[in-house]
Amino acid sequence: MQKVKTDGGRPRILVVDDEAAILRFLKSALPGEEYSLHFAENGHAALAAAAAARPDLVLLDLGLPDLDGVEVIRRIREWSTLPIIVLSVRDREDDKVAALDAGADDYLVKPFGVAELQARIRVVLRRSLQQAPEPVYRFDELEIDLQRRKVTRAGTEIQLTPTEYDLLRLLANHAGMVLTHGQILKKVWGSAYADQQNVLRVTMSNLRQKIEPVPSRPRYIITELGVGYRLKSA
Amino acid sequence: MRDDETQRPSPETLLRVAQAEEAQAAKGKLKIFLGYAAGVGKTYAMLQAAHERLHDGRDVVVGYVESHDRSETDLLLEGLEVVPRALVEYLGVALPELDLDAVLVRRPQIALVDELAHTNAPGSRHPKRWQDVEEILSAGIDVYTTVNIQHFESLRDVVAQITGVVVRENVPDSILDQAVEIRLVDIPPEDLLQRLKEGKVYIPEKAAHAAENFFKPGNLMALRELSLRRAAARVDDQVRAYMESRSIAGPWPVAERLLVCVSGSPFSETLIRTTRRLADDLKSTWHTVYVETPGGGKQIQENRERVWKDLRLAESLGAQVASLTGASVPEALIDYARKNHVTKIVVGKPTKARWREFLRPPLVDQVIRLSGSIDVYVVSIAPAETVKKEGVPHAAGKRPPLSGYLKSLVLVLAASLVCQPVHAFLAPTNLVMIYLLAVVLAALRLGRKEATCTAFLSVLAYDFFFVPPRFTFAVSDTQYLITFLALFVVGVVISTLVSQTRERAEAIRQREAQTATLYYLSRDLAAVSGLDAILDALVRNIEESLQAQVVVLLSEGERLEVQAASGGFTLGAKEAAVADWAFRNRAAAGRGTETLGSAKLLYLPLQASGDVLGVIGIRFREEREFTSPQCRRLVQAYAAQAALAVERAQFARQAEQAQILKARESLERALLNSVSHDLRTPLVTITGALGALREKGVELAAEAKSDLLEAAWEEAGRLNRFVGNLLDMTRLESGALKVKESPTDVQDLVGCALAVLEPHLGRRSVEIAVPAGLPPVRMDMVLMTQVLVNLLDNALKYSPPASQVEVSADVVGERLIIEVCDRGRGVPSADLAHIFDKFYRVPVPEGAGGTGLGLSICRGIVEAHGGTIEAHNRSGGGLRVTVSLPVN
Repeated sequence: MQKVKTDGGRPRILVVDDEAAILRFLKSALPGEEYSLHFAENGHAALAAAAAARPDLVLLDLGLPDLDGVEVIRRIREWSTLPIIVLSVRDREDDKVAALDAGADDYLVKPFGVAELQARIRVVLRRSLQQAPEPVYRFDELEIDLQRRKVTRAGTEIQLTPTEYDLLRLLANHAGMVLTHGQILKKVWGSAYADQQNVLRVTMSNLRQKIEPVPSRPRYIITELGVGYRLKSA
Repeated sequence: MRDDETQRPSPETLLRVAQAEEAQAAKGKLKIFLGYAAGVGKTYAMLQAAHERLHDGRDVVVGYVESHDRSETDLLLEGLEVVPRALVEYLGVALPELDLDAVLVRRPQIALVDELAHTNAPGSRHPKRWQDVEEILSAGIDVYTTVNIQHFESLRDVVAQITGVVVRENVPDSILDQAVEIRLVDIPPEDLLQRLKEGKVYIPEKAAHAAENFFKPGNLMALRELSLRRAAARVDDQVRAYMESRSIAGPWPVAERLLVCVSGSPFSETLIRTTRRLADDLKSTWHTVYVETPGGGKQIQENRERVWKDLRLAESLGAQVASLTGASVPEALIDYARKNHVTKIVVGKPTKARWREFLRPPLVDQVIRLSGSIDVYVVSIAPAETVKKEGVPHAAGKRPPLSGYLKSLVLVLAASLVCQPVHAFLAPTNLVMIYLLAVVLAALRLGRKEATCTAFLSVLAYDFFFVPPRFTFAVSDTQYLITFLALFVVGVVISTLVSQTRERAEAIRQREAQTATLYYLSRDLAAVSGLDAILDALVRNIEESLQAQVVVLLSEGERLEVQAASGGFTLGAKEAAVADWAFRNRAAAGRGTETLGSAKLLYLPLQASGDVLGVIGIRFREEREFTSPQCRRLVQAYAAQAALAVERAQFARQAEQAQILKARESLERALLNSVSHDLRTPLVTITGALGALREKGVELAAEAKSDLLEAAWEEAGRLNRFVGNLLDMTRLESGALKVKESPTDVQDLVGCALAVLEPHLGRRSVEIAVPAGLPPVRMDMVLMTQVLVNLLDNALKYSPPASQVEVSADVVGERLIIEVCDRGRGVPSADLAHIFDKFYRVPVPEGAGGTGLGLSICRGIVEAHGGTIEAHNRSGGGLRVTVSLPVN
């Protein structure tokens, strides 16, 4: 898709929320010198703005007065892959999975810290704005060389099965973003396995035994409870 | 002197008028087409009227009309909506009947129901059609109906006298009184006879038979006069009522009140009818009473049923009935008469033999002596034999079996044998004493008739064996005749006295038994509480005392539901419908009653102080018990007691619910207190810190600033956790929290919990003991992680910063055991059992207390998994919380 940058290089963020207090908070959390902010107060305005203003990122509240947020995600996804981060008070796993499966890139439960929000925005923007994917993932002592299919921890090479590697590669490609169980299963094992959470759980357990120094306190692959997994990123 | 009273209607009169009008408004209006014989054109007139109403725009349907294949009638039926007839199966024949339910469901404004006096096929809801009509009227539907004059109850014996035909299909006069309008359908007898000849009334062969029997000119003329007079009387009544309600002083005499006393004798029925006619003529109200005297003994018991029937007849003829008790009949009668301002007492002419009057003066004489200002009408009463035949066959006086007389013979012989050896030493008069002894024995053991027989035989035996010349019935000394007479009379008197005492004792015993059963019931009902126990006691008591099967139905909203029943008893749909009728109409129904008598059980409504609570159904073992008034009275007493007890139980349940509500309210108050405390406390810190920064932000030292921010940040986190807990608790309690189990890696579970707590862990060391290779355990990972987070959070909060917190998990047998241990101060052992209760807080000195919700949420989640959670103090200090989950 064509990326248009006309705001002096600042990424354009469309904030969709109807709470004045939240808007005010986001204005101060996302300073104007870094981001160009646009606002929409309901679902229909959001859809119109997404098409007209061509933002680089949408921060979307789920509880909108006219449309449900998940519906907004679905409609945007019909024509665009532009990144969407959900900001919602809905903390139930079902809601998160529904939004993520509908196409949201990340999900942040309100209330959240400014640092957390900025980190998520950075991760998502980096992924969508970069032209070519990074060939090497590094975090802490873990290094994944996607080009050479090599995984090392503290310089020591770790032997992975092809499935374990596929799983790790997928997470590395979306480093810092949450992937739902369903998304992982579909991409690594295929659509037929979309409900086979056992397969994922066993593979994940094995993968962690190999890459995590203390498997019961994972440092790299974080379990997003009831939602999926996230590979930490710098 | 009474002028003042008649000038203005008394409040009583106005009330009566108002009540009558009110009842009329709610009920449908009845119009009767009255004729004096078949064929005068009642049905025709009714149908014509129906067409007129239809033309007026009223909703008229034909409930039941019999055209008798008369073409004129058939013609009139055209254009009218006819409710299909119900076919009642009886003895293999389907009899067409009025479909009462169909009419009630159809709810027209006016229903036509022909032949009011018709007797329904057995198995119908009511035995008589006029009862169907009453139910239709009660439903607020107007009814047009036809009837012939000879069917009215009060005219039955008059008609029988005139025509010699006993009419079996009767209609109570009260229904005639209910009619808003009576239309007399009249043609001269000659014309009627002509029509009969022409075959317009009956088909030819039937017509010939009718002409011979009923359709004699004399009969017809008499019946015509009766119907004209009856209709005229009715008009007179209406005029009177009109004038009364508008206080028009009329020419009527001072209100008369008649009183008739019934005894259950065969003449009572005739006496009642006569009084009714008299009352009609005098335009007066009338009372019928029965006086029960003590010591009536067995005769009264047998008589009761007849008395009961008499009273019911009187009631159906419009009398006010009462049952009195008193030492003497005339006194009780006069007393009642005075209290009720009776002006005339009707008594029958005495029919007893003259000599008996010597012993007890006839009632007439006694009443006349006591009556004072009250007039006494003495009416002659012919024994109504023809009428009597129709009545229920009365239980004939019990005749003693032959063996009784044999026994008295043996007694006399035994007395003679005793006398034989001693007669030489004793005076003959003393031998009489031994015979008297035999008489007393007979009276005690055998009965009155046997004792009288014994007295008679004793005289014979005494004469034969001991009075010289012996072994003949001849008497040498005439003085012995006095001895004979004395022996006989004393014997008879003794036997009468003894047997009366015995009968009285028997009656008392029966009454005592009834009182006792009622007492036991009330005692049992008082002893138990709770609806089930009360119903249980009720069913058991009735089963035992009446040897009957019982079923109790109580109303659940609009429906009746069986709440208790005798063992193995089930209620069919048909029976349930009868019970339902009894419930809705607040009247007895089923076997032994006038309504739905073909049912298997008798149903009585349970009427408490307020509403009808339900219905009790009883199935006696013996058929006669269904109709016996004693049984009915007893069952009614039971029903009354039961209704009170059930009402009491329902009140108790309401009170209990009120208490539960109160307890819930106090819990809610505690929750509100706790919530407001826990919500406000962090806000105090946050607003305080923010306020300080806002007002003196510039002046504050960097360190102070960061302290304030840190405090506000922490408290905001705490607030968020509390709100989360509150939401979880609400979901847990409302059942919205669904456990979604899936095989879970226990290691991952522990890791997730620790990851959540990562920001709070700081430098705390957490020892994890989860063996590698644990099999996956089915659980809701999200919820169980929360359990672990809450437990770890507590452990961290309530233990010294330098101490270690331990988490371990292992599968032992069929259970997954997860333990979280700390080295804090533990929990007082008395509190250990309560720490998982909602809003329960162990006092902590630092005030770092939690919400009192975390642990109760843990318990809720663990129990939803079918697991258990316990807390114990560790040896060496600290608390150990153990969660145990089933592996499969």
